[in-house]
Amino acid sequence: MKMMAVFRTPKKLNRSFTVSFLLFVLLALFGSFMALPLIYAVNNAFKPLDELFIFPPRFFVNNPTLDNFYDLLALMGNSWVPLSRYLANTLLITIVGTAGHILLASAAAYPLAKYRFLGSKTLFSIVVLSLMFSPHVTAIPNYMVMSWLGWINTHASIIVPSLAFPLGLFLMKQFMEQIPDALLEAAKIDGANEYRIYWSIVMPNVKPAWLTLMILQFPMLWGTDGGSFIYSENLKTLHYALGQITLGGIARAGVGAAVALILMIVPISLFIISQSSVIQTMATSGMKD
Amino acid sequence: MQAETTAQAIKGSIHPKKRSRLAYVRNELKRNKHYYILMSPYMIIFFLFTVIPVVFSLGLSFFYFNMLEFPRFVGWQNYSRLFLNDDIFMIALKNTFMFAVITGPVSYIACFVFAWIINELAPKVRAFMTLIFYAPAISGNVFFIWLIVFSGDSYGYLNGFLMKTGFILEPIQWLLDEKYILTIVMIVQLWLSLGTSFLAFIAGLQTIDRTLVEAGAVDGIKNRWQELWFITLPSMRPQLLFGAVMQITASFAVADISIALAGFPSVNYAAHTVVTHLMDFGTIRFEMGYASAIATVLFGLMIGTNMLTQKMLRKIGE
Repeated sequence: MKMMAVFRTPKKLNRSFTVSFLLFVLLALFGSFMALPLIYAVNNAFKPLDELFIFPPRFFVNNPTLDNFYDLLALMGNSWVPLSRYLANTLLITIVGTAGHILLASAAAYPLAKYRFLGSKTLFSIVVLSLMFSPHVTAIPNYMVMSWLGWINTHASIIVPSLAFPLGLFLMKQFMEQIPDALLEAAKIDGANEYRIYWSIVMPNVKPAWLTLMILQFPMLWGTDGGSFIYSENLKTLHYALGQITLGGIARAGVGAAVALILMIVPISLFIISQSSVIQTMATSGMKD
Repeated sequence: MQAETTAQAIKGSIHPKKRSRLAYVRNELKRNKHYYILMSPYMIIFFLFTVIPVVFSLGLSFFYFNMLEFPRFVGWQNYSRLFLNDDIFMIALKNTFMFAVITGPVSYIACFVFAWIINELAPKVRAFMTLIFYAPAISGNVFFIWLIVFSGDSYGYLNGFLMKTGFILEPIQWLLDEKYILTIVMIVQLWLSLGTSFLAFIAGLQTIDRTLVEAGAVDGIKNRWQELWFITLPSMRPQLLFGAVMQITASFAVADISIALAGFPSVNYAAHTVVTHLMDFGTIRFEMGYASAIATVLFGLMIGTNMLTQKMLRKIGE
């Protein structure tokens, strides 16, 4: 009886202890299914070669070592295009693409969220409709548009389309709707024009939404390998370069594991920093009837 | 005299109306020009890379076009070939439907159920569990870790485990066997599918009005299941609608994972999807008209399913 009292949480409305316990067991079970591959990835990166190929395979590392990372550096140091070049390409695409997306999406979201004017409803409906199909649908004509613009084999072919992904505009607009109208009216009376209102009233008030757009946009651009648009080796991304290493198979198993860790750690850390803002934005993400 | 005034009246009644409509548009454009200017950069890019391509793709699907010769009009030929003469498209369509029917709903329900359980936890634990469930969705292409798990030799984690425990004597070629590959792609797809909608559900659950729950208790709601059905689900309808769109679209667009795990093309096309079929014709065979027909079918499937689901979900709590 005393044990039970320890386990029992303070009495909550509509909650029985047994069901709560069972649900949490379920959560723990599936939580480990979600987490195990990632933990495995982390462990693998620190395994020395003999532990990577042990039979039966071991889950956790016994003698952690940084050898895989040194191997990676050595390998990349010898490559034809230096590692820093790939990194610079990825950083350029990711930073410009993410910042530009936040800027353009919020500039477009502000009028749509706060005013009704000719075409505002239609435009927003088209954006919502475009959430319902994936970019794969437009891959063929996109390639033609790119070649018509002469953007094949440039970073613009990756960056520019990503600036106008519909999800960002949708989330930004839903979040902006909760900015009180009185705030905007007051600014107008004080003589601020629309651009000023957008820049110094609306933007500072939607900081949580910036971070949300960032967390959605960043991993996508960070993980891009250039697709069918980029051919030149010196324009390729970090993800492409590291993907080539993992294609080395058994011979590159250790380095591949180090690569996997590097690729996953960046977006995950970003999410840890921005989590509470993201949740705050997502609360307004609903689709109205 | 009278005729003149009538004529004038008629003139007055027709022309100014036409002009007023034009004037209304012009006036509206002028009055709101700042809004249009603010929206223009986004909208130009959006139309150039999303709206126009959809229309263009629709049109192109009636042509034969190989990027070299001038497009040749072929009518419905691409579509008839797609549905009557392309056995591999049928496999792709079947697999895509499997994803839409199994991984779509399962991941949607999983997103909600886990968000719902996580919401009961203390704030610190809640943040941690959210991270655990969301991390696979943003960890990029780390799903190639599953390649090691399902590796076909005895160093593969699953093979090693099963051989050690004596379930199998020889390693199984998980990724090269038609029997297993689709299931494996589905499992990995589910693993990464707790994304945007999961976050939307977590957020939605946190904003539910507590007084509703208390009022419900007075009205005779006794356990968590009744609370879930009568209070939680109806209050979350907007997020549920949004989540459905995200999950459905994702489940129809499975391609990268299939390619990474099963190869391109997969063994006997066992993990071929509509999107990989589209890539095959678009980026390898350069039959752009035919690829556009595939894209158009995919577009119709995605929009149709989404519309239907939206209609169904709007009935929750009514």
